[in-house]
Amino acid sequence: MAKQKSLKEEFTKGIVKENPVLRLVLGTCPTLATTTSMESAIGMGISAAIVLVCSNIVISALRKVIPQKVRIPCYIVVIASFVTIVQLLVKAFVPSLDQQLGVYLPLIVVNCIILGRAEAFAGKNGIVASAVDGLGMGIGFTCALIVISAIRELLGAGSLLGHGILPFPAMTIFILAPGGFFVFGLVMACANKLAEAGGGKKAELGGCKACPMASSCEKLAKGEDCEKEKEAVK
Amino acid sequence: MSQENKLLTVSASPHRRTEDTTGGIMIDVVIALMPALVLSVVLFGLRSLLVTAVSVIACVVLEYICRKVMKRNNTLGDFSAVVTGILLAFNLPSTMPLWMVVIGDAVAIVVVKQFFGGIGQNFVNPALVGRIVLMTSFPTYINNFAEPFAWRQPEVDAITSATPLAQFAGNYSQQGVITAMNSSQMPTLTEMFFGIYGGCLGETCAAALILGGVYLCIRKVISPRIPLYYLGTVALIMLIAGRGNLQFVLYQLLSGGLMLGAIFMATDYTTSPIKTKGKIIFAVGCGIITSLIRIYGSLPEGVSFSIILMNILVPHIETITTPRPFGAVREKKVKEEAAK
Repeated sequence: MAKQKSLKEEFTKGIVKENPVLRLVLGTCPTLATTTSMESAIGMGISAAIVLVCSNIVISALRKVIPQKVRIPCYIVVIASFVTIVQLLVKAFVPSLDQQLGVYLPLIVVNCIILGRAEAFAGKNGIVASAVDGLGMGIGFTCALIVISAIRELLGAGSLLGHGILPFPAMTIFILAPGGFFVFGLVMACANKLAEAGGGKKAELGGCKACPMASSCEKLAKGEDCEKEKEAVK
Repeated sequence: MSQENKLLTVSASPHRRTEDTTGGIMIDVVIALMPALVLSVVLFGLRSLLVTAVSVIACVVLEYICRKVMKRNNTLGDFSAVVTGILLAFNLPSTMPLWMVVIGDAVAIVVVKQFFGGIGQNFVNPALVGRIVLMTSFPTYINNFAEPFAWRQPEVDAITSATPLAQFAGNYSQQGVITAMNSSQMPTLTEMFFGIYGGCLGETCAAALILGGVYLCIRKVISPRIPLYYLGTVALIMLIAGRGNLQFVLYQLLSGGLMLGAIFMATDYTTSPIKTKGKIIFAVGCGIITSLIRIYGSLPEGVSFSIILMNILVPHIETITTPRPFGAVREKKVKEEAAK
């Protein structure tokens, strides 16, 4: 990496400026699925954060041992071990949460945020920096889930953390999928505004650099742009 | 400017403009909706006028605030917010709590219309999305239909009645249809035509809606194609589903939001195709989806969903019905010839 960031920066970037859900738009599936109630959102956020920190530490420690060509399977094996540990712990100590999260708890294995951080950060940086990065990203993910779920649960079920507080009938649509997308979009817009106000990069769509394959794209390395080629074909 | 310069002034076409304005068209639609509103007040009492008034005022105020906040020009003069307000109110029962009506207006005007750029930019019908959001959010309130003329007996708190479609729902077998039509709760066809049965405040009276539709056709605001093909498709499918029972077909055509939807919602300029062929595809699609939801769906009524679904398909319908310019060769043919 060209610029060295301080540990504090590594920690705080995950909360708003590079928030995994709201700014990097990773892990949208668990975000939409588990934010129907605050309880499951907090459970999901904390479980994912624990897995993220642990897998970041181990992957960072093993980064010189893991061969470049098979790194993704290796990362997944590491992540899957930690997910299994967390899943068994949740099953043993908070079975109600396990029932609420259902299939989304084992699905943390394929959560883009965790794999993304392993690929983009832990595979290239030291153990301490990776742990701090994982913690920041995990807290950012949890905060985003809590904000979205608070809005959805309050408007959709009239309650917060299961305690009914709205005196009038709630709008059920907010705990259904369309309401989830709607709240997600609005919260994302607010986060973009916040991050831009704090001097962050403007969120941009498209362009070859935004492509997930950007780091391994030969064309991009040569300075070619596949989007432009597509237009030329038309 | 001297006389010489004036003579040489050249302007780009068009040189003659039509007298029609968006505002004028919208006022025509409002006029066409008035008979249904008057009948609704007769049937369901002043409460339906109140719901409509609140809905219109909320739409206009929200549109004004939205344009102001987004720093765009004021578009209240085109009266489209008024039409959206009336149409949404027509899709709600007269017993609807007023704050829920305002939420529906907010969804229609702010989310569906202004977020996408205002009049002419919305990709689905704003009033229908408002109704669908309210329907999924407050199902018990939106199915709380007042009995016609119940307002004349103030001592009775609220009489709710099952709509004709609710009696057909889930029972479209030959025997089920006959039982439903012979049941004592089912209104007669004359009552159905004049709207004397429970339902949303503006949708029950087919006579008033058809009157409005004829007015719009005469004023050339809408072409009769979409309503006729829409109703025709539903009639045809119901004729098959009812094994040739004409009475059943008439019940299906007159009940629910079909008339309101076919005449006033499916014909919305922004969300319906421009070309004749496209209009026919659009209307037939609406009819098929409506009938399928009514017969096989878990909901008794499918007009709003069918129109929204076809709204989303409109850009694709436009693409496949684009007429070929005279003398132009199809792209496929050019490619085939090049291959040879």
